[in-house]
Amino acid sequence: MTDAVLKVDKLSRFFRVGGFRSAGTLHATDEVSFEVAPGEIVALVGESGSGKSTIARVLAGLYPPTSGTITFEGEVQGKRTSRKVRGRMPMVFQDPFGSINPVLRVGHSLHRSLKLHRPELDQAGRDAEAVALVERVGLLPGAEVLRRYPHELSGGQRQRLGFAQALASRPSLILADEPVSMLDVSIRIGLLNVMKGLRDQEHVSLLYITHDLASARYVADRMIVLYAGRIVEEGTTEEVIAHPEHPYTRLLMATAPDPRLPLSHDTDVEDLGEPPKVINPGPGCRFAPRCPLAMDQCRISTPALVSLSATKRVACYAVEQS
Amino acid sequence: MTTPILEVRDLKVEYSTAAGPAEAVSGVSFDLAPGEFLAIVGESGCGKSTLLFSIAQLLTYPAETVGGSVKFDGVDLTTLSAEELRQRRWRDISVVMQSAMNALNPTLSIAAQLADACRAHTDWDDDKIAHRSAEVLNMVSIDVTHLKSFPFQLSGGMRQRAMIAMALLLEPKLIIMDEPTSALDVVAQRSLMRQVENLRRELGFAVLFVTHDMSVVSHFSDRLAVMYAGEIVELGPTREVFDRPRHPYSSGLMDAFPSIVGEMKELTGIAGNPPSLVNPPSGCLFAPRCQFATDECRQFRPELITVDGLAVRCHLVNPRVAK
Repeated sequence: MTDAVLKVDKLSRFFRVGGFRSAGTLHATDEVSFEVAPGEIVALVGESGSGKSTIARVLAGLYPPTSGTITFEGEVQGKRTSRKVRGRMPMVFQDPFGSINPVLRVGHSLHRSLKLHRPELDQAGRDAEAVALVERVGLLPGAEVLRRYPHELSGGQRQRLGFAQALASRPSLILADEPVSMLDVSIRIGLLNVMKGLRDQEHVSLLYITHDLASARYVADRMIVLYAGRIVEEGTTEEVIAHPEHPYTRLLMATAPDPRLPLSHDTDVEDLGEPPKVINPGPGCRFAPRCPLAMDQCRISTPALVSLSATKRVACYAVEQS
Repeated sequence: MTTPILEVRDLKVEYSTAAGPAEAVSGVSFDLAPGEFLAIVGESGCGKSTLLFSIAQLLTYPAETVGGSVKFDGVDLTTLSAEELRQRRWRDISVVMQSAMNALNPTLSIAAQLADACRAHTDWDDDKIAHRSAEVLNMVSIDVTHLKSFPFQLSGGMRQRAMIAMALLLEPKLIIMDEPTSALDVVAQRSLMRQVENLRRELGFAVLFVTHDMSVVSHFSDRLAVMYAGEIVELGPTREVFDRPRHPYSSGLMDAFPSIVGEMKELTGIAGNPPSLVNPPSGCLFAPRCQFATDECRQFRPELITVDGLAVRCHLVNPRVAK
């Protein structure tokens, strides 16, 4: 995969935490490497604190990486991302209520993006493009929606608007940070279908960040499972869902609420652990304290990602041995 | 069936709005047996949280209970004075709120907040309070050292468990939970649900649980009520409702979320939006969104009809008898 849209190599982002004396370093994202191909939806799956949002924010240029390189559309990104790159790789945020200016009409913010990122369009061109964009994400009739204020839209409609806004700058990759988690279950599916539509019709890649395995399975081509800032498993969606290898992926699978599973299904997992705060971490697998398969080796050194097939990689000593 | 601990009859709640009263809960009736787990699911705005608040007598302006009764242990809560209600709260009924981040006081330790509740509702001395506080924290698998912790030192899951510990303090017969898991990750969600389930078996309290995500309760609740636009449209044993949803809205909800098992299939969700509650349509409230709707559905409001313990509000399931 040489023509990847996005190539992330050993990306780390640390935060300094604590007071003057007790300063520590929080390893939010630690040496994460992955690629996104054109027209591909990749899901980053993990609990809160797994570093999935940090990755999106670093990619969006909201803060610089501590180390590692990001190659976007063949160009290595510097400390600060340019406006052009931000337009080609926009972000859709989690909270549809906090991410849209409430005092401006819907059309206003779309027009602004179009002015910034599509200077070739004149006023009439922008008008037509804005209508096309909102209709593209299922907000009908477009011209009327543009005249509304954000408070006149429901949560699902606002989030669709978020995608319309991301589309305005003709992106090659959209960073979607938990775009459906604050929406009602009955509305989520419509938005997931919008994401699939963008991939299939506009050939846009998406990095879909979520903690929900079922929705990741529904939209994503590939899945990357994160735990405490590191990738623990990666593969095509069906590979990961059908044959979860890493004990953490298995835990996620077992805890996913799903009425279609038989009632007896949840008897074997008893887990009250939580992802660690990775402050000044030592060596060793970060999942070891919660892991039913943990061996001495797991606590001494950090397992590397090992390829199990052309597409599947797992970081686990126990899996390696078996 | 044993005498129900909670009997809700024809409960009606209205919000006063500029456009006139909006009926957020319109004529909801159900029984809850001692120790039973009843889940209420529905979209935002369907009135599920309003219903809970009305049952707990916690509604404030602009919402008001305008009709019906809520009998708890034979006493109608809607007729009680504030003081009589205060005596029953926590002792008989406790409430776990949606967001533990906001429901706990950020400036007080967990111990202080537990003690607060005890002092307000009992005459226990400090030793007894300390003892009971440690006991309830143990019940929810939080280490006793966290009595001294402040809410910000606990993770989201622990905070929510601390809320449940607090609700357990005086061994209530009914715990009302308003989306306690919605701010949690899947793993924390599952462990919280299991904990509630184990405690319910052990202590025998009844649970009234509201959520928009029916998959959360699918393995835990005894019965499931599906609400739409202020009405219960289907109520029955959880498994029955999941496996064979009768009402078109319930089956729509069932098809609205993807699964991690089985074949991948395209999902569509339910098109359209819930109706306005200020001037609701005269027929079935779901008719405008229902693909099976007939003229009859658009004209006459269906009744909630119970057959073999399963209640459904739909003309297609229970054909209307001409009067």
